[in-house]
Amino acid sequence: MSVSTAFEKARADGRAALVGYLPAGFPDVAGGIEALRAMVDAGCDVLEIGLPYSDPVMDGPTIQAAAQQALEGGVRTTDVLRTVEAVAATGIPTLVMTYWNPVERYGVERFAADLADAGGAGLITPDLTPDPDVAGAWIAAADRHDLDKVFLVAPSSTDERIAMTTAACRGFVYATAVMGVTGARATTSDLAGPLVARTRALSPSGADLPIGVGLGVSNGDQAAEVASYADGVIVGSAFVRALLDHPDDRAAGLRTLTALTEDLARGVRRA
Amino acid sequence: MTTHVERPTDYDADEHGWFGGPETGWGGRFMPEALVAALDELTVAWHDAMADPAFVAEFDAILREYAGLPSPLYLAERLSAKVGARILLKREDLNHTGAHKIRNVLGQALLTKRMGKTRVIAETGAGQHGVASATAAAYFGLDCTVYMGAVDTRRQALNVARMHLLGAKVVPVESGSATLKDAINEALRDWVASVDHTAYLFGTAAGPHPFPSLVRDFTRGIGDEARQQCLDRFGRLPDAIAACVGGGSNAIGLFTAFLDDPDVAIYGFEPGGEGVDTPRHAATIHAGARGVLHGARTYVLQDEDGQTIESHSISAGLDYPGVGPQHAHLAATGRATYLPVTDDEAMTAMALLSRTEGIIPAIESAHAIAGALRVAERLGEEKGPEATVIINLSGRGDKDMGTAIEYFGLGDPDQVTEEPVGEPEGAQE
Repeated sequence: MSVSTAFEKARADGRAALVGYLPAGFPDVAGGIEALRAMVDAGCDVLEIGLPYSDPVMDGPTIQAAAQQALEGGVRTTDVLRTVEAVAATGIPTLVMTYWNPVERYGVERFAADLADAGGAGLITPDLTPDPDVAGAWIAAADRHDLDKVFLVAPSSTDERIAMTTAACRGFVYATAVMGVTGARATTSDLAGPLVARTRALSPSGADLPIGVGLGVSNGDQAAEVASYADGVIVGSAFVRALLDHPDDRAAGLRTLTALTEDLARGVRRA
Repeated sequence: MTTHVERPTDYDADEHGWFGGPETGWGGRFMPEALVAALDELTVAWHDAMADPAFVAEFDAILREYAGLPSPLYLAERLSAKVGARILLKREDLNHTGAHKIRNVLGQALLTKRMGKTRVIAETGAGQHGVASATAAAYFGLDCTVYMGAVDTRRQALNVARMHLLGAKVVPVESGSATLKDAINEALRDWVASVDHTAYLFGTAAGPHPFPSLVRDFTRGIGDEARQQCLDRFGRLPDAIAACVGGGSNAIGLFTAFLDDPDVAIYGFEPGGEGVDTPRHAATIHAGARGVLHGARTYVLQDEDGQTIESHSISAGLDYPGVGPQHAHLAATGRATYLPVTDDEAMTAMALLSRTEGIIPAIESAHAIAGALRVAERLGEEKGPEATVIINLSGRGDKDMGTAIEYFGLGDPDQVTEEPVGEPEGAQE
């Protein structure tokens, strides 16, 4: 199921969609599935499941710590797909967010087929731009398996690249609100609004391609602010932080996660 | 001598950074969109600079007057007699800061100045590229921040002190394995947030386009000089050339001038660590698999899920789980041959060169010596003593004395004897 269905539903409700991220295998595979399901129950509209990777150049310390813990716990690519299957079974559109090398190593076609079999919606690829010489194999495999292709635009992107990127996206386009890595920030970025406006204007399908804004959002007020101009509010590090802060008490971690999800879900409805 | 001429070879990258064209899949640019504009800007600035005679002349003048180039091509007579072939050493160890790396950083820093940026960042493993970057930053009056794995800042305290004295900020990186690859990750994270005023001085001929080709352009003077020096002195080209390969900047610097000389055999020697049949090595081409690391498709030491495996080499400068994509292309096409050299073989060669020629090489360069002498002995047997091998002596060994003390058991005041201590196997007459 394409994530665009969730965006359409949110749009019909006159609000933005809440997109939540957690890496698979954190704190362990079963605990990760439980946490992701708690996020579904508390109001996330779309979930992104991170594939933990040894060299995550776009991630700040919070997500790095979670990914490293997952890798030290022995998480495998197959565990990520297993997590997708368990979460997608709830009926919520579920994407995998991954650096490129693990997909290439698994086999691009095989990964696309297994992701589709698991009920996954598609991929977000932070280090794979849709330039044909770079992403051609993935784009072809995604098209064969009807998967979403979520590429990123940044404040530094030229108009030409935003047009090219939005043309290649399926599901939504991920607008990185700040020039920097993932991580909760005290204030939202003043670069995000203008980027969303440019992206909307340059997207060949116009308003039909939803725009999700990520990097830095950690509470309902920030979510409400982003929801006032974007179609989706993407939250990652704040969710990870909720679990990292309770290493020895998973129940407390899940309660914090649920409360945060509810706060953010109210936020996207407030705009 | 002009050390810098842009001259195409049959093994260059296309405009998108694919070595040998997109169908080979080596190189390219696997990077966050946020950095694409900066990489495009850098690509344009680099092309403009290389086509600008004033830039090339300024670079040459700085290399000549500040860095002490061109470096000599030295006929190592005692070593030649020992192996039965003519051994020529490209003496990059005599350069300012003691290695070939000064060429790359001065080139990139000059380009930074031309682009109007005021700050440079760099990653470093053992600290050599960090020291070179701090040196270039001081020379040009740029702010400098160097990312260095926390494991490395502890074991390379002297180089941390050198960077500090040169005015650079050194940031210990605790994430991941806290070594070179993580320092690169952290430098990239800095760059995503600072790219409007900051240039990333990449330390080797790897990474996303244009770095592999840009770094090659700034280091190819090694081979351009050596080729001409060899022709001038001996009236002929060498039979073989050799360099060590970690990321591969000194190697591509030597190789480029000879790529289109089909009769010159090209050898790269990779760090075989404790042996390529053990998990403790960094022989990426020999034992790695095709993958994407730090922005390029190349050979990578990785597990079956594509997670990077930690490498090992006694030489910190070669201890990297990836390799420049042009080397992957040269290996795949067979134009160059890449072979592993173990820690022990390199240390033996370090002692051999020290005692035969009075030159203490960097352990990195000792890998090239060890491997090239095997080649030279064979060529000497085939072609006689005129068989000629150029070895890139990419750096001097002062920085490695701590390792040498430990490995050979040197420096104990109670062990001062008439007989040399730490006599390695193979260094005997």
